[in-house]
Amino acid sequence: MLNTLLPVLLFTALGLAVLGALRRVRLWRQGRPSKVDLIGGLLAMPRRYLVDLHHVVGRDKYMSNTHVATAGGFVLSALLAILVHGFGLHNQILGYALLVATVLMFGGALFVYKRRLNPPARLSKGPWMRLPKSLLVFAATFFIATLPVAGILPEGTGGWILVALLGLGVVWGVSEMFLGMTWGGPMKHAFAGALHLAWHRRAERFGGGRSTGLKPLDLEDRSAPLGVEKPKDFTWNQLLGFDACVQCGKCEAMCPAFAAGQPLNPKKLIQDMVIGLAGGTDARFAGSSYPGKPIGEHGGNPHQPIVNGLVDAETLWSCTTCRACVEECPMMIEHVDAIVDMRRHLTLEKGATPNKGAEVLDNLIATDNPGGFAPGGRMNWAADLNLTLLSEAKATDVLFWVGDGAFDMRNQRTLRAFVKVLKASGVDFAVLGLEERDSGDVARRLGDEATFQQLALRNIQTLGNYAFKRIVTCDPHSFHVLKNEYGALGGMYQVQHHSTYIAELIAASKLNLGQHKGGSVTYHDPCYLGRYNGEYEAPREVLRALGIKVREMQRSGFRSRCCGGGGGAPITDIPGKQRIPDMRMEDIRETEAELVAVGCPQCTAMLEGVVEPRPLIKDLAELVADALLEEEAGSPAVKVQPARRKPAEVH
Amino acid sequence: MNTKVISLVSIGAHPGSGRTRRAEQDARAVELGLQLAGQHLQVVHAGDPREEALRAYLGMGLDHLDVLEQPAGADVLGVLGDYLRDAGAQLVLTGSQAETGEGSGMLPFLLAERLGWPLIVGLAEVESIENGTAQVLQALPRGQRRRLKVRLPLLATVDNAAPKPRQSAFGPARRGVLAARNVMVTQDELLTGAELQPARPRPKRLKVIKAKSGADRMKAATAKASGGGGKVLKEVSPQEGAEAILKLLVEEGVIR
Repeated sequence: MLNTLLPVLLFTALGLAVLGALRRVRLWRQGRPSKVDLIGGLLAMPRRYLVDLHHVVGRDKYMSNTHVATAGGFVLSALLAILVHGFGLHNQILGYALLVATVLMFGGALFVYKRRLNPPARLSKGPWMRLPKSLLVFAATFFIATLPVAGILPEGTGGWILVALLGLGVVWGVSEMFLGMTWGGPMKHAFAGALHLAWHRRAERFGGGRSTGLKPLDLEDRSAPLGVEKPKDFTWNQLLGFDACVQCGKCEAMCPAFAAGQPLNPKKLIQDMVIGLAGGTDARFAGSSYPGKPIGEHGGNPHQPIVNGLVDAETLWSCTTCRACVEECPMMIEHVDAIVDMRRHLTLEKGATPNKGAEVLDNLIATDNPGGFAPGGRMNWAADLNLTLLSEAKATDVLFWVGDGAFDMRNQRTLRAFVKVLKASGVDFAVLGLEERDSGDVARRLGDEATFQQLALRNIQTLGNYAFKRIVTCDPHSFHVLKNEYGALGGMYQVQHHSTYIAELIAASKLNLGQHKGGSVTYHDPCYLGRYNGEYEAPREVLRALGIKVREMQRSGFRSRCCGGGGGAPITDIPGKQRIPDMRMEDIRETEAELVAVGCPQCTAMLEGVVEPRPLIKDLAELVADALLEEEAGSPAVKVQPARRKPAEVH
Repeated sequence: MNTKVISLVSIGAHPGSGRTRRAEQDARAVELGLQLAGQHLQVVHAGDPREEALRAYLGMGLDHLDVLEQPAGADVLGVLGDYLRDAGAQLVLTGSQAETGEGSGMLPFLLAERLGWPLIVGLAEVESIENGTAQVLQALPRGQRRRLKVRLPLLATVDNAAPKPRQSAFGPARRGVLAARNVMVTQDELLTGAELQPARPRPKRLKVIKAKSGADRMKAATAKASGGGGKVLKEVSPQEGAEAILKLLVEEGVIR
């Protein structure tokens, strides 16, 4: 009896699953076209899954082993079950193989079950709580149903009661595992996830690559929408990517805005996009909500504007674009791209950049710097430094990209320190001077792609006039934009962060360095240097060269917590329960370091904004400049005693 | 609201970089107009229709902007007056002073004189428009407001007391139409005939502070600028009044 029941159940489930798959594909195809290598992607998918994705999942050994056992066991069981029970190939060897596969799956599922006994807040509940039971039922049912095939039990054992029980088990198991995969159950992640890996919008990320630059909008194409207004304005593979989410909440656990109580939760955002593509409300979402926003009040569909229906604008403006979510995501979903796409619509079409956003963008348009300072003052910080201007020299080895920190008195100290280091090393360097403009980073993160492209194209044009071997900058944001985002607009350069360059200078023994004097030091990884560009080592090498043993923070390297200064977040300034830099300062205090080394003007500003008492904040360039040993010039230098002055009286 | 609202705009210049932009006060005039008339707001510029800075006004959400084509140095008073009268304008809004060109701030006055309309300086808010009369708030120094009832049609200038202009967005700015209109060109006789020279800074009234304590200095620093002296003349003949004013001006050194 089981021999007729099982094939019927299996093939019905498979048939319905195929229908569900077709429906799901149609949902994704509501998105806009995207250039993707369909066949090549599919061929590359197994490798992307087994190597690249596993590399991310493998950071959590418990979960990766559990997943290998469960998923591996399931795939094997499903294939063998179709052969053995579907096509009736009652071969003893196949039977034993199926038994082993189901045992493997059962073992894995037990660990899934165990983790679900007391799940952390980041995990979604709801249907996900049912999944381990479904996995266990699937594995157990097929194990028992296969015992006779393997010859362990005689045919017909247990009579019709067992047959009925097994039938029920199979119905439950295949409903969850086959139907659920394409009709929207928790197992959807396997189906959508596999295709998402195949047709990922950043194929460069696989095979150890890195792809973090935002994709440009084609402003020449008047028919293309300026950013994303409705879910259907995403490209189809972005929609597919949202669908791949497993709701593991690793993004939520790392998101600085979520931790600060700002109304953003990357996991919920992705789930809201899934609601947007399939239609409905968020009432059934079983995870943490956006802080301060109750669940069940938002909904949408592919043809309805996202903002103020599905998602509130503050949610999008809370993001610091720190990429911690993308770095953590075991499905390699691109949260930041989606957020910036939606911001583009708000800024370019609605003119709805909140708080100081509009003013900053106007300033960038009118003065090429976000502060609205007269452009003629861009080189005031170096008035006494006699820097070589490229407009005079025409060619140089190192082009020192100053950045907008030139207008900020705190950052000017960093810039002057770096100039001191450059001069001490004796390298040939020059600056653009008044010809330099804002790199466009802030404009782009605020969604103003038009202003970004205008600034970028003008900078590229200026850079095209001169010959230089490399660009070095103290600002990781300029660094990232010049290195990774100008390329799409025709500007290809070798760009280095000053930490990388100083590390090179030290390695080449071009700097005569003493030791750092001044207590213990920790190092804060800037997002745009670390996660965006993978540079974790050079700053630490520089610190080591100064004789500093870095007291690492709990969250450092690729898990570094954002200072709160990226993505225009200080400009849009969405209120939360606490400030992100305060949280980061807590991380720093835990190390009991007296000084925190930074490599980014934004981080410096954000961390120095934390009220004292707190550790000192110094840029790497400042630390290096302080440790430089001045070479004694030929004649004994006469030390000029500063005139002794009476301290000013204060009454 | 069915009142025909028209905002007059000019080309602005950023004080730091000198780059052209939407003029700060004119943008406020557009903002106020949009709040009053929404999509029915009509916006006009007299000048060069190819000037890209005009698109910044379109970016505030306008479909089109009428440009009365005029060469640099033309007297736009006549064409603007004709345009406003032909369009049947009821409420005309404009910034107090242009950021480029002569920037004399005289245009609203001359225009109001030419049209024979009342002029409100420093309009902060339009409270209501009923039966051809507008009830408005006029901004006075130190955050004071004066409620006025004025019959339409009227011309009003806005300054920084008017609502902040909304952000100019790229999409509408690119889509919007700069509709050029061919109109008569009048040479600005005054400008061509007269000689321009840099303005001298206005002399400042000397403030003698006799305060002894910090609190007194604070009081003096924040006190009203108007002197305590002065006279209130009541029921005097125009002749006597004018003489009193002239005497004061001579005393103060305004007229020598």
